[in-house]
Amino acid sequence: MTTTDAYATVIGLECHVELSTHTKMFCGCPNAFGAEPNTNVCPVCLGHPGTLPFPNEKAIEYTIRIGLALGCAIAPHSLFHRKNYFYPDMPKNFQISQYDLPICIAGHLDVEVDGAVRRIGITRVHMEEDTGKTTHAGETGRISGAEYALEDYNRAGVPLVEVVSEPDMRTPEEARAYLTELRATLLALGVSDVRMEEGSLRCDANISTRPIGQSEFGVKVEVKNLNSIRSLYRALQFEERRQRAALDDGVRLLQETRHWDEHRGITTPGRSKEYASDYRYFPEPDLTPLEPEPAWIERIRASLPELPSARRRRFEASYGLEPTQAALVGTDAAWASFFEAAVGLGADPRAAGNWLTGDVAAHLNDARVELSETKLTPSHVADLVRLLADGTISSAGAKQALAEAFASGDPIEAIVDAKGLRQVSDASALEAVIEEVIAENAGPAEQFRAGKEGVLGFLVGQVMRKTRGSANPKLAGDLIRARLQG
Amino acid sequence: MMAADGAKDSWLSDLSAHELTDLLRSREVSAAEVTEAALSRVQAVDGEIAAFLRVTEDGAREAAAALDAAAAGGEPWGPATGIPLALKDVFTTKGIRTTAGSRILEPYVPPYDATPWVRLREGGSILIGKTNCDEFAMGSSNENSAYGPVHNPWNLSLVPGGSSGGSAAAVAAGEAVWALGTDTGGSVRQPAALCGVVGMKPTYGRVSRYGLIAFASSLDHVGTFTRDVRDAATLLGAIAGHDSMDATSLEDPVPDYGDALRRGVEGIRVGVVESWLANEGTQPGVRDAVRRSIDLLAEQGAQVDPVELPHSDYALSAYYLIAPAECSSNLARFDGVRYGLRVDPGGDVERMNRATRGKGFGDEVKRRIMLGTYALSAGYYDAFYGQAQKVRTLVIRDFDEAFGRFDVIVGPTSPTVAFAIGEKANDPLAMYLCDLFTIPADLSGMPAISVPCGLSEGLPVGFQIIGPLLGESVVFQVAAALEEAVGVSERPPLAQAAATSGPPQDA
Amino acid sequence: MPLEIDIEHIAALARLDLTDEELERYRRQLPAILEAAARVGEVAAEHVPPTSHPVSRTNVLRPDEERPCLTQEEALSTAPAGESGRFRVPRIVEAE
Ligand SMILES: [Mg+2]
Ligand SMILES: [Zn+2]
Repeated sequence: MTTTDAYATVIGLECHVELSTHTKMFCGCPNAFGAEPNTNVCPVCLGHPGTLPFPNEKAIEYTIRIGLALGCAIAPHSLFHRKNYFYPDMPKNFQISQYDLPICIAGHLDVEVDGAVRRIGITRVHMEEDTGKTTHAGETGRISGAEYALEDYNRAGVPLVEVVSEPDMRTPEEARAYLTELRATLLALGVSDVRMEEGSLRCDANISTRPIGQSEFGVKVEVKNLNSIRSLYRALQFEERRQRAALDDGVRLLQETRHWDEHRGITTPGRSKEYASDYRYFPEPDLTPLEPEPAWIERIRASLPELPSARRRRFEASYGLEPTQAALVGTDAAWASFFEAAVGLGADPRAAGNWLTGDVAAHLNDARVELSETKLTPSHVADLVRLLADGTISSAGAKQALAEAFASGDPIEAIVDAKGLRQVSDASALEAVIEEVIAENAGPAEQFRAGKEGVLGFLVGQVMRKTRGSANPKLAGDLIRARLQG
Repeated sequence: MMAADGAKDSWLSDLSAHELTDLLRSREVSAAEVTEAALSRVQAVDGEIAAFLRVTEDGAREAAAALDAAAAGGEPWGPATGIPLALKDVFTTKGIRTTAGSRILEPYVPPYDATPWVRLREGGSILIGKTNCDEFAMGSSNENSAYGPVHNPWNLSLVPGGSSGGSAAAVAAGEAVWALGTDTGGSVRQPAALCGVVGMKPTYGRVSRYGLIAFASSLDHVGTFTRDVRDAATLLGAIAGHDSMDATSLEDPVPDYGDALRRGVEGIRVGVVESWLANEGTQPGVRDAVRRSIDLLAEQGAQVDPVELPHSDYALSAYYLIAPAECSSNLARFDGVRYGLRVDPGGDVERMNRATRGKGFGDEVKRRIMLGTYALSAGYYDAFYGQAQKVRTLVIRDFDEAFGRFDVIVGPTSPTVAFAIGEKANDPLAMYLCDLFTIPADLSGMPAISVPCGLSEGLPVGFQIIGPLLGESVVFQVAAALEEAVGVSERPPLAQAAATSGPPQDA
Repeated sequence: MPLEIDIEHIAALARLDLTDEELERYRRQLPAILEAAARVGEVAAEHVPPTSHPVSRTNVLRPDEERPCLTQEEALSTAPAGESGRFRVPRIVEAE
C-alpha cells in the first residue's frame, strides 16, 4: 500500500527551441529541415580549422522577443561561452552557448490548470547552437549494438534557445500546461515552428519527490527523450509513481538521467554524467559581448503580438466565455483565430465556444488530427450555430452536419439539404402526418385526450419516425396537443 | 631584354617589394621573371634552410603569366602585384594542403581560403609556397614542427625563431619578398628579430583571422615579414580591414600607412622599458644594439625617457594559462571525424578520437592541451584562467597609463640572438622565456614591430616598437626613422652566396 | 604547496592517448609550469575585472542572409570515412 498523499512532487523543465531564422546561428547556411545530408553546410558549421562564428542578428532579436514575452529582464551585458565536451555530432567539440551571463533572466509564464492560474518562474532564456544528427547504423538501428554511426551536419549550428523554468511545478498536469502554454506563446511570437516531432521544440524534465513538510528538494532525476506534450505527461506520471514507490520501499533514489521509453511507457536509466559534466566553460574569445541598445529592446517589445494569456482574458471579458472554455479556444493561436473568425461571421460567441470545445474537440481527439488539418472552416461553425438557433436544424441534425462537414468540407446548408436535415417547421406540412399518426394510434391518442400527458412523447416520436427525423419536435407536440386537447 | 634564366635574375630576389614594383611598373622586369627568380632562390637554398613545406611553383607561374598578360592589356600594377609571397602553413589555402606543421593535418586540403590570402591574391601577390612553423604555432624555435626544423639563414646550425620560423627565414634568404605569419606570443616579431627582417604585428582585429588555424583566439594576430619597413606598411595595408567572416575584426578605416614613413621622430615621446634591458636573461650584445638604437632615435630629435610596465613580469604567467586554455578548446576539433588524420585502433569513437589525437599531436601541443584542460577544469578555473584574465587587465592598464605619456614604447624584441638547434628543446620553461618581451603586446592587443638594429656576434638583433591600439602609423613612423638611422642591414651570408649575379650593367 | 594533478583524468577529458613516458613527463612538467604560472594570483586582486577580449567591441552581428554552402561532395572531400553523404565514425558508446 502506497502512502501517495505523504509526498510532494517538484518539477522543472528545460526546453530547447530551434529558431526559424533563414540562416544558421553563426554562418550563412540555410536553416532548413529535411534537406539531403550535408548539403546545408559550409566550412564554418563543419568546424573546419581557421573558421570563425559570426552571430545572426535575427536570432538575437528572436531570443530577446522570447525573453520579453516571458517577462524576463534583458541583460545589459551578456556573453557567449564555450561548453567543452566531445561528441561526433558537434563539429568543434565544443558548443557555443551561454553560461553565467545569459541574454534573458528572471521571467515567468502564467498557465491555467483546471480554471486556476499558476505562475511558473523562468530562470533564464539563453542562446546556443544545435548539433548535427547521428544515425546509428547496424543490425538494430539503435545505439546499443550499432556497428558504426553516420553524421549529418545540416542541423549543426541552427540557432537554439534554451528556456529554463524554476522548479515551480507540482504535478504532471502543471508541467503539461506549462509546455502547452510555452509552445503556444512561441508560436504566437513567430520565432519557431515548435514541432516536437521534428525536434524544433525539445524538452527535458527534472523531477524529484520529497515527503510533505520537508523543505529541501528530493533527489533530482532528469528525464530525456520526451517527443510530445503527451509523452512529457506520461513520463512524469510514471516517474512520480516510481519515485513514490521507491521511497515507500525505502529504496534510495539516484541522481541520474533517465530515458522515456514511449513504447514500454517507462523510464530507463540513461548515460551517467560522470566526467562529461566537466564542461570547462570559458568566454568564447571569437565573439564580442552583447549589449543590446534599450531602443532596440523597446522596438522589439512594441512588436510583440497578443500572447495566449492576454487573449484568454480578453475572450472571457469580451465574449463572456467561461475560464475553461477560454483556455481551450484562447490558448492556441490556430484555435483562437478560428473562433474569432466564426464570431466575425455572426456566430454567438458562447455557442461557437461550446461547439469548438465540445463536438469539434471530441472529433479531433478521436481522429488524432489538428484543427488545421481538417476541412472544417469558421463558416461551418457559424452556420451551424445560426441554423440551430433559428430552428432550421435540430441539435441531432447539427451533430450529423458537423460530422459530414469534417468529412467533405461542403457548406453546411448544402449538407443539410443533401441529408434532409432541415426540420419541418411548417404546420400545414405536418398536419397530414399528425392525422395519420392519430388514426394509426387510436388508443394512445385517446389516453392523451383523457389527460395522460406522458403519452405525448410517444406520439411525437411517431411523427418523427414518419418524417425520418425532419420534423421540428416542439412544433409537432404543439400541433398534437391542439388537435386532441384544443 | 632580361634573360629568362633564373640564376641570372637571382639579384631580383634580394630587392624589396617597392623596388620590384618600380621595375614591374616600368616593365623592366616581368612578373614571370620575378617569380622565376624567387623559385630559383628556393631551389638554391631551401634544401639547407627548409623554410618551405610546399612550393607552389605551378600556381605561381600561372599567376605570374596571367598578371603579365593583364599588364599587356593595360591593367595597372598595384603595390602587391607580382610580389612573391610565402604563407605560414597555418593559413588555409583552398585546394593546397595546409598542415599547421602538424601530423594531424597531414592529409588536409582545405575547402576554403583564408581572408588575408584572398586579399593578397586579389592584389596580385604570387604565392611561392607554404612555410614551415612550430606545430599549431606553438613554439619559439620552429623545432616543434612535425616536418623537421627550419635553419637560420645566418647560421644553419641555429634556429630561426618561431613559431613563424619558415616565413622569417624565407624572407631573410630571398626565397620570398614578403610573407605572412602569426603572432600569439611573439611568433612574428621574435623570428623576425632572429632572422634580421622586419616583423609587424598589428592591433588585435586589424587583420581578419578567418582562415588562420587558431591557436589561442584572443591572442592570435596575423603579422607580416618584409625586408624593410616600407614594405611592411604596404603589406599590412593590403590585408587590413573588416571582414564579414570575423566578428572580432575591426571596422575602423585603414589609413595609408605609407604616409607616416617620412615624418621622422622629432618630438616623438619614446618610453624605454628599462627593466627589459636590465633583465638578467637579456644578452649584453642585444642590450648594446638596442641602446645604440635608442641613442640614434634621440639624435633624430625623439624625447627619450624610461617607462615602467610593472605587471609585464606577470604577463608571461598569464599567457601560459590563457593560451593553453584557449588552445585546449580550439584543438578539440581535431578528432579524426571530419578531416585530417584518423587512427582507428578498433572499438568505439572515443578510442578512435584518443588514438588519433595521441598520434597526431606532437609533444608541445599535447603539453599545452593538458595544461589548458587542467586550467579550465572544475575547481581550478578561478585560480588559473580567471586570475590570468585579471592580470591581462593589469597589463593593459600599464600600457594605457604609459601611452598617456609616450607615443611609443621600445625595448628589445628578444632577450637573445638566435640560439642553437636543440639548445632549449627539452626545457619548456627556458623556451617560454624567449617571448618575455613580446607577450605583453599580444595580451594587450597593441601594435608592435621588430626592426633589425644591428648585429651581435654576427647575428641580427631586433628592436621592438609598441604603439597604442590602432597606432600602427606611429609605429611605422618610428620604425622607418630607426631603419634609416641604422643604415642598410647586412644580408645573411647564405643569401649573399646565392645572389650569383648583380643587375645587368646596361639596366 | 606542490600541485597534485591527476594526469590520466586530464588526458581522458582532452581525449589524448598518452604513452607511459608521456604520462611520466607531464606528471613532472605540468606542476612546475603551473606553479610558475600561478604567480598570477599574487597581483590579481578581487576588484580587478577580467579581460577576455583585448579590443572592446560589442554587438557585432550579421544580417540573416544566406551565403553559399559547400556541395555534399565538397563537404565530404576531407572526410577520413564517408557513407551515403554522411561522415562515418566508429560506433558511439555512451558512458555507463
Ligand atoms: Mg542547452
Ligand atoms: Zn554553415
